[in-house]
Amino acid sequence: MDGANNLLFIIAITPFIGALLPGIMIRAGRATCATFAAAPTVLALAMLAVLTPDVMAGNVIQAEVNWLPQLGLSASFFLDGLGLLFAGMILGVGLLIIIYARYYLSPEDPMGQFYTYLLLFQGAMLGIVLSDNILLLLIFWELTSLSSFLLIGFWKHLPEGRQGARMALAVTGSGGLAMIGGMLILGNIVGSYNLTDILAAGDIIKASEWYLPALILILLGAFTKSAQFPFHFWLPHAMAAPTPVSAYLHSATMVKAGVFLMARMWPALAGTPEWFYIVATTGLITMVIGALIALFKDDLKALLAFSTVSHLGLLTMLLGFGTKLAAVVAVFHIINHLTFKATLFMTAGIIDHETHTRDIKALGGLRKLMPITFVIGTVAALSMAGIPLFNGFLSKEMMLEEASHTVWAGSHHAVPILATVGALLSVAYSFRFIVHVFFGPVRDDYPSKPHDPPVGMWLSPALLMVLVVVIGVLPAAIVGPLVAVAGEAVIGGGKMPYYSLKIWHGITPALYMSIIAIIGGLLLLAMHRPLDRLWNALPRPEAKAMFDALVAAMASLSRTITETLHTGAISRYLSIFVVATVALGLIAASGSSLPPVTREMLPVPGVVLIGWVVLITAIGSVFFMHRSRFRALVMIGVIGLMISSGFVYLSAPDLALTQISVETVTIMLLLLALHFLPKDTPIESSRALRIRDGVIALIGGVGVAAMTYAFLLRDVSTISDYHLANAKTGGGGTNVVNVILVDFRGYDTYGEIIVLGVAGLIIFAVMEALLNGPAARRLRNMDYSQDRSRDRHPLMMVIATRLLMPIAVLVGAYIFLRGHNQPGGGFVAGLIISIALLMQYMASGFAWAQARQKMEYHGMIGWGVVIAGLTGTAAWLFGAPFLTSTFGYFHFPPIEEFELASAMAFDLGVFLAVLGAVMLMLYSLSRIARFAGETVNVEPMDYDPTNRVELLKEDD
Amino acid sequence: MHWIIAPVILPALLAPLIAYVMRHDISLARIASLFGSIGLVAIAIVQTLLVMDGDILVYRLGDWPAPYGIVLVLDHLSALLVLVTSVLGLIVLTHAVATGWDAKGRHFHALFQFQLMGICGAFLTGDVFNLFVFFEVLLIASYGLMIHGGGKQRTRAGLQYIIINLAGSTLFLFGLGVLYATVGTLNIADIALKMQALPADEAALARVAAMLLMMVFAVKAALFPVQFWLPGTYANAPAPVAALFAIMTKVGAYAILRVYTIAFGPGIAATEDIGPDWLFPAALVTVALGAFGVLGARRLMPLIAYSVIGSMGTLMLAIAAFTPEATTAALYYLVHSTFAAAALFLIADLVVSRRKDDLLSPMLPTVQNGLFAALFFGAAIAMAGMPPLSGFLGKLLVLDALRAPGQMAWAWAAILLGSLITIVGFARAGSMVFWRSTGQDMQDPDLMTDQEEMLVTAPSARPWEIAPSMALLGLLAGLAIIAGPLTNYLEKTSAQLFDRESYISTVLDPTGTKIIKKEH
Repeated sequence: MDGANNLLFIIAITPFIGALLPGIMIRAGRATCATFAAAPTVLALAMLAVLTPDVMAGNVIQAEVNWLPQLGLSASFFLDGLGLLFAGMILGVGLLIIIYARYYLSPEDPMGQFYTYLLLFQGAMLGIVLSDNILLLLIFWELTSLSSFLLIGFWKHLPEGRQGARMALAVTGSGGLAMIGGMLILGNIVGSYNLTDILAAGDIIKASEWYLPALILILLGAFTKSAQFPFHFWLPHAMAAPTPVSAYLHSATMVKAGVFLMARMWPALAGTPEWFYIVATTGLITMVIGALIALFKDDLKALLAFSTVSHLGLLTMLLGFGTKLAAVVAVFHIINHLTFKATLFMTAGIIDHETHTRDIKALGGLRKLMPITFVIGTVAALSMAGIPLFNGFLSKEMMLEEASHTVWAGSHHAVPILATVGALLSVAYSFRFIVHVFFGPVRDDYPSKPHDPPVGMWLSPALLMVLVVVIGVLPAAIVGPLVAVAGEAVIGGGKMPYYSLKIWHGITPALYMSIIAIIGGLLLLAMHRPLDRLWNALPRPEAKAMFDALVAAMASLSRTITETLHTGAISRYLSIFVVATVALGLIAASGSSLPPVTREMLPVPGVVLIGWVVLITAIGSVFFMHRSRFRALVMIGVIGLMISSGFVYLSAPDLALTQISVETVTIMLLLLALHFLPKDTPIESSRALRIRDGVIALIGGVGVAAMTYAFLLRDVSTISDYHLANAKTGGGGTNVVNVILVDFRGYDTYGEIIVLGVAGLIIFAVMEALLNGPAARRLRNMDYSQDRSRDRHPLMMVIATRLLMPIAVLVGAYIFLRGHNQPGGGFVAGLIISIALLMQYMASGFAWAQARQKMEYHGMIGWGVVIAGLTGTAAWLFGAPFLTSTFGYFHFPPIEEFELASAMAFDLGVFLAVLGAVMLMLYSLSRIARFAGETVNVEPMDYDPTNRVELLKEDD
Repeated sequence: MHWIIAPVILPALLAPLIAYVMRHDISLARIASLFGSIGLVAIAIVQTLLVMDGDILVYRLGDWPAPYGIVLVLDHLSALLVLVTSVLGLIVLTHAVATGWDAKGRHFHALFQFQLMGICGAFLTGDVFNLFVFFEVLLIASYGLMIHGGGKQRTRAGLQYIIINLAGSTLFLFGLGVLYATVGTLNIADIALKMQALPADEAALARVAAMLLMMVFAVKAALFPVQFWLPGTYANAPAPVAALFAIMTKVGAYAILRVYTIAFGPGIAATEDIGPDWLFPAALVTVALGAFGVLGARRLMPLIAYSVIGSMGTLMLAIAAFTPEATTAALYYLVHSTFAAAALFLIADLVVSRRKDDLLSPMLPTVQNGLFAALFFGAAIAMAGMPPLSGFLGKLLVLDALRAPGQMAWAWAAILLGSLITIVGFARAGSMVFWRSTGQDMQDPDLMTDQEEMLVTAPSARPWEIAPSMALLGLLAGLAIIAGPLTNYLEKTSAQLFDRESYISTVLDPTGTKIIKKEH
């Protein structure tokens, strides 16, 4: 990469880096801020100037840095004639706008922000015109949408600003998204996203079956950006922005991006009938409609906005003609439009700034009051009208010439006539701008006394006005080379068509059309008043209202969809979940068939049948009793016990033991919890809904049953065989279930005790939040006197649980120790001990029991998890993976030989975590009870006969 | 070589200590938690380096050979996701500490660490039952985090979250049961081996199992028709928790990617059709629902939640293609969308905590309105997939990868129209919250009474509070800048993922005495 290429790169990023400056330098004052906003632009312009001779000589400067090669995206830039023209316009006008805005913005406006946005936008625009990669171009394209959103919405307190910004973003953004699709297709056709490659592959593209989709999608991007009919409506509303923004976005940059894109892609896409009919027609319609609306706009900026729409239409139409000459004319008109339109916007801004109104009907007579402004505005407007000696005349003349021999769908007259009408209307609104603003009597009701602004404000438009005149008089000398080099870039090499940039072309059809346009335009202006009344009386579609209605309709439709689907009703979500699961499961199953049955059905023994009947009865009872919660809970307990019995019957003592203990603990905790809940479940849904839910539940159940039935009939070899074979030799235990739990799959158990421990913590945390919230007040006011037992701590129970306690602890210890070889283990042991403790708490009340033990439940959970974890990591010391176990046999007289396995330490962790979690849950429940006004008993039981004995003794 | 399990062990040892030893001192817990998270990032970096040259590392727990014991498998994909998780965790934790969210309830830090442990465990395991266990760990921790701080709305939403996920867990068990009854194994590599051998005309049960598991993962990934739980959960969860949850949906996506490429995926005659056939339409609808939700939202937090749904749809569209190219795109989009969603939640938290609530209605501007607006603009750009942040590149990659006939039109239309609706939705919301507020009449008595107190008392955000949001935006910009090398790495990742034979042979290497097996 040589110097020139480096320079190109630096030009492209200068505005982005420079954008940081004004935002910071505003702290040093407004003048400094503006200077630092201008500096990057000047710098970039200077660098561009360095490169200009090379480009003018017909060279193309390229720079490339890889970015995302997998996608074909690279940060590559190139500068050819078209790029030079646009880059010069963007930077040059940018500089003038920065100067102008310095005087335009009021002290209340955050100038730093303004310049930052402006430079971001400038950088995005510059990126578009310099990109040599269409994906990179897309990035800058979307960036212009975003940065213009910020600029248009700059006066964020004004509703018009916000709405205009959103509308611009929605319209240009949607075009940008369509363009993404188009560009991706285009890249696919060519096999490269490099613009240079794509421009060279025009024939392949036009021959491809994907040509039309790509064309339409890309044109959607261009048309929305360049405000072509029917997407033109956003542009006038973007006028809510400060005038410097309008002048910049709508003369030189944003809206020209679409035109630029069409010009850029011209060699690749233009020249087909599709191109002609889509692009030229859209352009023609836009030109006429834009001009017509402009004539009847009273807001100066709106008038200019629609005239911009009209001129963009003109440019689009020229590019759409598909002839090389028309494309060159388009290039020429781009320059001319830029000069007079930026001038006019700034003039409008000056008038607004000085008179505090932009309403043409409130203006007039400014010629004498603002002579400088008058001269500037008039010259520019005359150019816009296409009056000879000003540059607008030249390109319009050439446009009419091109139109005069364009055939549209067999008609030789359609295009020339409509083009003339467009020109005629253009003359009318241009003169209206001059006559209704500057001429006529001086009024005495201006909102503010008008006078010419300071030099800083009229300097920029004045410079541009000079260009308007100079180009108008000496076109070939001033812009001839630039038009040539840019035009050459647009048509993509090959022979340049013959054209000459001069004022007098002789007596041509275009001259007649021009004369008709000028005379007709003046006549039209003369009849403006009655026509205006007629226009206002006519019904016409209001684009903004339609757009707003569309967005509002979309939003409310979205809201309806969203809120209909997401009602927050959990039963609905679950029904959808169940139905979808069953349906998809069935569909999946139907895609294949079942393997052959390998197991025979066994006869049903009597005891199993009885168990089954009890189970089904219990389930049925839950169904009928579920509104009465205590009874349902009891029935659930029965179900659990029956399942445990099933395990016993099927020779799975471990599972049975675990199931019974889990069942017991769960039911006990649920009983305690139910104490604070309503005793009955109310009927909350309609009968139909309940039937629906019932059917869905049945479907789900049948589905699961069918699935289970299907696999129970078939044998499969599983990894369990290995577990059976290796439990003793590898894991040191004869109880395979326990060895699986603490060794083969100890890691699963490790996860599960964490789940249990976390559950304990969460219940504690929830309770904490609950008792600090409004629920605590409700609890305090709850009245339990009705359902409270008179004998809350019965003698019998207290005595029995006291007796049971040591036995239960011993059993727990036993179960724990033998776990590795016999049914048992840490999990079950933890549950058994917790049941023993739970009973103490139930017998004598939580507070009483709590005062008599020193363990902290948080600690138990914590240490349990830590011990299990550390046992696992201990294996690291021996170079083995986490949870690798070891075991050995020891003999200390007088005890018999016994086995110690490292897995027991792990099991201890399990034990502690289980115990801690259960007890923490109990603790949390008892805290609710305390809040609900439960008294703390000092004595272990409500009625203690020993006290009575004592009393009797005292009596004696 | 115990690095492989370190992302699980570190938080698993730290969390109980925080829960017990440090439970009375929030500063102590904060320090421990922050250091733990920094440690996790360090571990994740080491892991990424360990597999840099394309190795698949297998860690046999308890030194049992696969498939009989549990194995952890560290490859490009799991290392990447652990890294994303750890970085996200650290950033979110910093936010929670800086804004004081962690002190609004009990056990935040312990739960947070358990949450990280669960997520990392799910990414690292090579065993479907162990995946279930870690789903449970991450879910139970997330229940706690979700209802952290309490409040009626939040508790109610939390209950729904719990119920839906319990239903999902139950289905997970059903699915695993059927699968075990069909192939008799739980190790993913071994399942793949058995599935390859399974005759396609006897695979009804295996297909049911595959479908049920997909449903389970779809619940996690918030895919239509089981996306219902997400908006309520994310919108009502404490904002930092919602930000952390950005990775939770990705656990579902990861599980689908892992299980459906290796065990049920392309080339396995019995089940290869299920993933593409069903995920694709579901993802399409999900994109649409997300977009509609964004445009129709009445509140800011649900709006962001719906944008998460939309992004999951886009992600799943790419995953549903089950090609290495589309998977590369999916992985880029996955990383991007995780950070983008987190950024939105954290930034929204800064704003909403200074407003009366998150209703999208005109209120007075908060302090630092401009700063918050800029941050929100950035995050919204990322989420909506606009340049210059990573969302745009992610979207391009996904679009570019979805070119198969019959797929392209639908996927492109969904993604591009979805983007448009999302952009409009975000523009409306941002304009309401940040712009319209500046036009409110400061003297309006109604507004004043509502917000007077907030305005007077709501303090400016200190740099410490803003840093996490900035860091996320920085990450999103960084993802865009390094897109080339990153995608390069992701290409290797998906190539490795689609190389089923290497995975199987490495994981099931019978020489069970060695801990680590190298591939290539």
